[in-house]
Amino acid sequence: MDKQQMQEFIARRVAKELHDGDVVNLGIGLPTLVANFVPEGISVDFQSENGFIGLGPAPAEDQVDLCISNAGGQPVTICEGGVFFDSAISFGIIRGGHVSATVLGALQVDEKGNIANYMIPGKMVPGMGGAMDLLIGAKKVIVAMEHTVKGNHKLLKECNLPLTAPAAVDLIVTEMGVIEVTPEGFKLIEINPEYTVEDVQAATEATLIIADDLKDMQ
Amino acid sequence: MNKRISIEEALNLVKDGDTLMVGGFLAVGTPEALIDGLVEKGVKDLTLICNDTGFPEKGVGKMVVAKQFKKIIASHVGTNRETGRQMNEGETEVVLVPQGTLAEQIRAAGFGLGGVLTPTGMGTEVEKGKEIIEVQGKKYLLEEPLSADVAIIYATMADEKGNLVFHGSTRNFNTLMAAAAKTTIVLADKVVPVGALNPNSVIVPAVFIDYIVEGGANG
Repeated sequence: MDKQQMQEFIARRVAKELHDGDVVNLGIGLPTLVANFVPEGISVDFQSENGFIGLGPAPAEDQVDLCISNAGGQPVTICEGGVFFDSAISFGIIRGGHVSATVLGALQVDEKGNIANYMIPGKMVPGMGGAMDLLIGAKKVIVAMEHTVKGNHKLLKECNLPLTAPAAVDLIVTEMGVIEVTPEGFKLIEINPEYTVEDVQAATEATLIIADDLKDMQ
Repeated sequence: MNKRISIEEALNLVKDGDTLMVGGFLAVGTPEALIDGLVEKGVKDLTLICNDTGFPEKGVGKMVVAKQFKKIIASHVGTNRETGRQMNEGETEVVLVPQGTLAEQIRAAGFGLGGVLTPTGMGTEVEKGKEIIEVQGKKYLLEEPLSADVAIIYATMADEKGNLVFHGSTRNFNTLMAAAAKTTIVLADKVVPVGALNPNSVIVPAVFIDYIVEGGANG
C-alpha cells in the first residue's frame, strides 16, 4: 500500500466504529478522511470545535463562504439540521460528554491508554488546541495513525513525550491492525492479513495480548 | 447614547502595555480592519489573549509578525511560524491553554465567577502550579478568570445599541470576550438602526458592548 491507500484503509476501518446518530469530532489529517467512509444506512453528525455541528464537505469554489470554516481554517459547508454556536457551548458539548467519539492522530500511545500528540519539546510546540478537552470528554477515543514513524515505535510501554491526556485511549487503528486498550494492556483484536502477528509485535514496543478470536482487518 | 466611533478613535483606546483580547478562530471572525490599524499604529508591549495566533498575513498573526506582544495566551500557535520563532528564541512569553479552558476562563471573568473547575489538563503539564480540588469524588483543576483591558471583537451585524448577530462559525470567542474586558469594541460588517434586529436572533446583548465600528468585511 502507498501512503494514500494506507490512510484510506485506516480511515475505512475507523468508520465502522461509528453508529447511527453519533456526534463525532474528527482531528486534522488522516482522521478527517473518516468522513468519506461512513457506512451506508447510518447517519452521523460531525462536530467542529470552532463552533458547529453538521460539518459538511468543502464547497464548490464559487460557493465558498469565508465565515464557515472547519477547525483547520478551511472553508466547509454546514449540513441541513446543523447548528452554529460559540466556543463555550462547543467545549461544553465536548467536555460535558455529549460527543460520541473523537478520532485523533498521535505521536505516541502507551499500554495504559496515555496519549501524547501535542508537542515535541524544543522541536514542535504548536499547542494543544482542543485535543485535551476532546480526550477528557469524548465517550470513545479512537486513535487513527500509521503503526510506526520512520521505523520507530509509536505504541509504547510508556509515553516519553508530554501527555495530552492520561488513560484516555480506547481503540487504536493502524495499517497493521486494530488494538483495544484493556486494563491488562494492548489487545490485538484484528490484523491486516498482509502481516503476521510477529510483524505487528515487532512494530510495537509494548507486549501485545492476542485476542483468542483474532479477526482479519477489512 | 451613541456607541459608534471611527476606526481611529477605536485604535486610540488600545495603549502600550494593555492586555488585549482578540476574537476569531484562525482569523475567521477576527476584526481584521482593527488588526490592520493596530499594526499601523505600532502599539506595543501588549499581552494577547486569543484562541490562536492566526497566520503571518492574516488575523492577529500580523501583530505577532510586527512584534507587538510581550506575552501571548492561546490554545494553538502552530499556524504561525513567527510565534514559534519568538517563543523558541525567548522574545515572547507564550502560555498554551486548552481551548475549552481558555473559553471558560474568559467566560468566568465576564460573568463574575472566581474561576472554573475543569478535568481538562489533569495529569499533564497543564496542571503544574495549579490547585486541584475534589468535588463529588472527582478531581478538577482550578482555572482562574482571564480578563483584559480591551477586547476587539467581530460581529456580522450590530444595531446602534450594540446588540450583535453572527453568521456562520464567526461566533467562537467573540461572544465570550464581549463581556470580559474593561472596554469592548466591536467591528461589525454592518450597523443597523435600533429596532431592526429581531430580539430573538440577537446572540450578544448590547450591555456588553462599549463601542461600535462599522465596516471591514470578515475574511
